[in-house]
Amino acid sequence: MQLKSLKKRENELANAKRQLEILSNGIFQNEDLPTFRTKLVTQNQFPLKPKLLEILQINVGYMCNQVCGHCHVDAGPDRKEIMTRETMQQCLDVIKATGAHTLDLTGGAPEMNSDFRWFVEEATKVGVKEVIVRSNLTIITANKKYNDLPEFFKKHKVHVISSMPHWTEGKTDQQRGDGVFNASIKALKMLNDVGYGMPGSELKLDLVYNPSGAFLPGDQTALETDFKKALLSNFEIQFHNLFTITNLPISRFLDYLIASENYEDYMYNLVEAFNPAAVDNVMCTNTLSVSWDGWLYDCDFNQMLELKVDSTVQHIRDFNKDILNKRSICISQHCYGCTAGAGSSCQGTVT
Amino acid sequence: MDFGEFEEYRRIFTSFKKYYQNSLKHTNMSNTYYEPSDLRKFGNITEWNEELGKKFFDYYGSVFEEGALSAREKSLIALAVSHVVKCPYCIDAYTQDGLKRGITKEEMMEAVHAGAAIESGATLVHSVQMMNKYKKLSM
Repeated sequence: MQLKSLKKRENELANAKRQLEILSNGIFQNEDLPTFRTKLVTQNQFPLKPKLLEILQINVGYMCNQVCGHCHVDAGPDRKEIMTRETMQQCLDVIKATGAHTLDLTGGAPEMNSDFRWFVEEATKVGVKEVIVRSNLTIITANKKYNDLPEFFKKHKVHVISSMPHWTEGKTDQQRGDGVFNASIKALKMLNDVGYGMPGSELKLDLVYNPSGAFLPGDQTALETDFKKALLSNFEIQFHNLFTITNLPISRFLDYLIASENYEDYMYNLVEAFNPAAVDNVMCTNTLSVSWDGWLYDCDFNQMLELKVDSTVQHIRDFNKDILNKRSICISQHCYGCTAGAGSSCQGTVT
Repeated sequence: MDFGEFEEYRRIFTSFKKYYQNSLKHTNMSNTYYEPSDLRKFGNITEWNEELGKKFFDYYGSVFEEGALSAREKSLIALAVSHVVKCPYCIDAYTQDGLKRGITKEEMMEAVHAGAAIESGATLVHSVQMMNKYKKLSM
């Protein structure tokens, strides 16, 4: 596995414009497959409009202790983009004003931002109903200064959502790096020990499953059953829900698809699995994504493709709910990833 | 065969090859028997007989639903049978189906061995017939 980000390697796919070109050329340009826009038009679902804002998903920085093969953020230890306390304060002001009930913190490894704990504490003070942290698990065991994270999460009743591509070591390490599986198991045990993920516990611990290759996720309920059975019998680990997330064809996953000659077949699979019912509930309809430097996007994927919201308001400091709600959501062919099968979002399936 | 005859055959062969390749272009056919992209067109078989095609796909869909056997178990059976009937389309489809279900490569390979064992057993059990016949015909 590569230990550097595409950006550090100066790979052409670190360029968002180049990614968007690839997603519009070839099979979509010669009309073998309909573009996402055409698909929505034929389904009478164009343009895609936002509903009530419920979730503010904040990317507090692209730095991460892992370099996963499928990462759509192109995160890694060499990424230095990091959110300042000033921008965090602007996010808190918006939450107070809008009543968005959920703050969803992502990265990179969000815990690596030195103001992460301050942000969580302030967010709970302003009355956010739920603070989610998207933790890669291994950060908890990576360094002594992170070992008390389970206690910190517990103190603020943070909802922990963690990645786990398979219940076997081989398949997990293949996607996320050598040693990741064992470190993740250790971290899950630490979370279980303070009460996270236990039956009936209000300390929510959910797992996210991304396929470790060029295939779509299977049935969420069946996979959850298999994960629970294997993690409990092999490691005595418990968790609440499993969310299946489809890998979107951008950034490092796009690089993998092209290099492994799976790109076209993968796009055919996504388009064939298009589900109009999933379109109604895609996460861009109730979520806004904020980048480390405060720009607004329809989702974390659009953030990585540098597709800012199509609105006169584009930065968190200028936030205006009414103006933003009138916008249309920016789309490209990567959006087929969220509308395939039972749909895909940061909370799993959407149908 | 003298050189003149050889040249004549080569000329005929080349012109036949050109004719064949042109005819392929007109009929949208590839020059291999198995084309990976044909798997995506499986559903098109209903175009030439809608009633039977639809019945087949309804039946197929019902067979692979959860039942007394789980959909996961049926996927592994399908993978084993795909190998026994040596269907590249089916192997492609059920390897992918297994991955989606989180089936491990160890489970997949064991399923293939189960199929292969039955197939080789089916060959070997016929040797009893060979032995019988041998004995009957021998003094």
